[in-house]
Amino acid sequence: MSAIAAGAHEAHEHTHYTTTGLDSRKIAIWAFIGSECMLFGSLISTYLVYKGRSVVGPFPHEAWTSPTGEIFKPILNIPVTSMSTGVLLFSSLAMVLALAAVENRGKPGYEGILGSSKFWLLATALMGATFLGFQAYEFTSFVHEGLTIRTNLFGTSFFTLTGFHGGHVAVGVLWLMTLLFIDMKRGLGPKDTILVDICALYWHFVDVVWIVIFALVYLIK
Amino acid sequence: MASSAIPTHAQGASGASQSSEQSGLWSWLTTVDHKKIGILYLYTALFYLLVGGLEATLIRTQLAKPNLSVVSAEMYNQLFTMHGTTMVFLVVMPLSAAFFNYLIPLQIGARDVAFPRLNAFSYWVYALGGLFITLPIFFGMAPNGGWFGYAPLSGPTYGGGFNMDFWVLGLQILGISSLAAAFNFITTIINLRAPGMTLMRMPMFTWMSFVVQFLVILAFPVITAALFFLQFDRFFGTNFYQVQAGGDPLLWQHLFWVFGHPEVYILILPAFGLVSEVLPTHSRKPLFGYNVMAYSGIMIGFLGFGVWAHHMFAVGMGPVADSIFSVATMLIGLPTGVKIFNWIATMYGGSLRFPTSMKFAIGLIAMFTIGGISGVMHSSPPSDLQQTDTYFVVAHFHYVLYGGAMMGIFAGIYHYFPKMTGRFMSERLGSWQFWLNFVGLNLTFFPMHFSGMLGMPRRIYTYDAGQGWDVFNLTSTVGTYMLLVAGLIFAYNFFKSRVSGAPAGSDPWGAPTLEWSIPSPPPEYNFAQIPEVTSRYPMWDLKAPDRMAGIEHSHADAGTIAEAHAVPVHEETERRSAKELGIPIPFPTVKPFMVALGIIILFSGLIVMHAGKFPLAMAMMIGGGAFMVASLYAWLTSPLE
Repeated sequence: MSAIAAGAHEAHEHTHYTTTGLDSRKIAIWAFIGSECMLFGSLISTYLVYKGRSVVGPFPHEAWTSPTGEIFKPILNIPVTSMSTGVLLFSSLAMVLALAAVENRGKPGYEGILGSSKFWLLATALMGATFLGFQAYEFTSFVHEGLTIRTNLFGTSFFTLTGFHGGHVAVGVLWLMTLLFIDMKRGLGPKDTILVDICALYWHFVDVVWIVIFALVYLIK
Repeated sequence: MASSAIPTHAQGASGASQSSEQSGLWSWLTTVDHKKIGILYLYTALFYLLVGGLEATLIRTQLAKPNLSVVSAEMYNQLFTMHGTTMVFLVVMPLSAAFFNYLIPLQIGARDVAFPRLNAFSYWVYALGGLFITLPIFFGMAPNGGWFGYAPLSGPTYGGGFNMDFWVLGLQILGISSLAAAFNFITTIINLRAPGMTLMRMPMFTWMSFVVQFLVILAFPVITAALFFLQFDRFFGTNFYQVQAGGDPLLWQHLFWVFGHPEVYILILPAFGLVSEVLPTHSRKPLFGYNVMAYSGIMIGFLGFGVWAHHMFAVGMGPVADSIFSVATMLIGLPTGVKIFNWIATMYGGSLRFPTSMKFAIGLIAMFTIGGISGVMHSSPPSDLQQTDTYFVVAHFHYVLYGGAMMGIFAGIYHYFPKMTGRFMSERLGSWQFWLNFVGLNLTFFPMHFSGMLGMPRRIYTYDAGQGWDVFNLTSTVGTYMLLVAGLIFAYNFFKSRVSGAPAGSDPWGAPTLEWSIPSPPPEYNFAQIPEVTSRYPMWDLKAPDRMAGIEHSHADAGTIAEAHAVPVHEETERRSAKELGIPIPFPTVKPFMVALGIIILFSGLIVMHAGKFPLAMAMMIGGGAFMVASLYAWLTSPLE
């Protein structure tokens, strides 16, 4: 696996001419994020179109009595999800500090644990993983309460939307762990800024998408 | 040079000596050279053109006369579904991709695309995905719900069996290919332009390609989402398109057409770009209204996202929605009309030559205009209601896609074949192909206007006599066989000329743009020295400065334009290898192919799951996924060059 360190290093040995002066990877990640906006736009629109159109419960914000007389409470647990949302929001701060630590490695003010890119990469990844843990808990408890992806339109569109977002967080966590691995192997410095920069852009994007989802799915009744 | 009909240079066509290392099977599997990938796209797409053409021939044979039974109703459904799917996703898009790959780096003065290995990945996903969606027809299991796959008809309740599984998964796979390629080309065009190559100096083909890549990255995610919903409905029992659970049958139509209409422009704009290269070259005049041509391409792209519901006038969206989408659709006629008039104005007063590429380019203008006019007819809901689901619509979109996109692509192939191979295609055979095509396509598609107006519905596998449709159908079928003959002539011409065509020099047509400044075929590094661009038509600065009056240049000193803006054409220098010149070349690698293979295994696992073999399915999905991730890491951690 030392190839990871070598390879990521290699990419910076050649500085090719570019029209804008920017690294091509930076332009590509912006194009990718533009594309992802349309993907999440479609998923979110579908959720909103189907809001309140489920034939049977459980419902997100209203109680429901099944034909057999069973009573289902509103299923969304807003306090718990607010906590996981907070964790994800703070992970973006850690991401910013990780990028700053890589960019300014060795400069004054970036000594010790709080100036260490390893610490902040790990912190970001852990917060992402925590968010995923909350989501796993949420999904499991919903299934126990009688809501699966097959139950009704709400279950179908809710699990798909939040599941896709969770998948993106999972990819981000893997990406962060890979960067952490490279950092531990050979240390990330100013020349590697682009490697962390594109990961950070992706991470912030995933974070912003969650803010939209949290507002539209959880907060607005 | 400018006066001879088709100037040729007597010079070695093969160019740099090719060792077996550069031309064996393994070299094609591992290549990351944009030119070789472009050629792979070209060959693969031409193969699928034959497949899609044979499907069309079977369809037309079945419909030649009333109540024939050449194929069964079930097979007919598979044939029309696969004809549409093949032509859209496996023929026209990849043929455009062949030109994106081959031409964009050459036209902007770059040595390769921004991400050469991602480029190879795009091709392999396309090639393997094409097999995934095409092979089932030999087992009678091909998709059978139309290329638009309307849910809930394509859902688990009404579309059981494996047929639509292959369609849903196949389109997902092909979407990965298109998206990866689009990120690559956007980055390439933004970031790898040679010094002086400003956006408003880019060749028009690169401009139209640029617009298309944005359409791809914004339109494909929408169908990706729609396909995921359908996939989940089919494989995991979700309710997206389940009407009994409250699902909306119009959801699919909206999502599909939000993708589907921009897709129409994804198909046609590259062809528009190609004829915008051919027409000025053979009119020996600069493109008329270059700026407006670029802007109208952008405007078509923008408006293309606001007109999707004109495919849905018949579903009853109400007068307000109908009116908005109707007006937006009519607006698209403006930038498209601007292009038509600008092409005509480009030819006006030019000293015209008529090689095959020019015939096809002019053919596009004429045929696309007919399709465009019937398109404007469809934009009016009351008129559209008469035409929806009839052969009139079939006539319309074949005029724009065959008469438009394919004619443009043929123009491009004849124009750029000498650049790709160093040899000319036969003009005599080309002329035969063009005229057979021209007559054949009008014989095939024009009568469909009439059969459609007389009420013949689309997608029926046979019909009764005495409804006034017989003669029109027979004519259409005769025309289709002419198109088949034209296609075979093209294939013969293509393969024969590759070996024994007349040698072409670096600039056989006297064309204005950068790709003609380097040898044919170009060396692997394209440009020995990255050119400094000072105007829109660097080659004409050099060879025909009299045409350059009124074209903007970097330097005000008009007297020395030809000298100052000369592109260095050191053919001898450029025959040297990359190593001799010290130019870094990306290493060949098989890893992009391996990642693509992993994706195919992963998706095939879902089919196996549907067959009830759960352990094998899990093994394939986990194994394929792990293979994909491992290959991806291996790819990302190995040096590029």
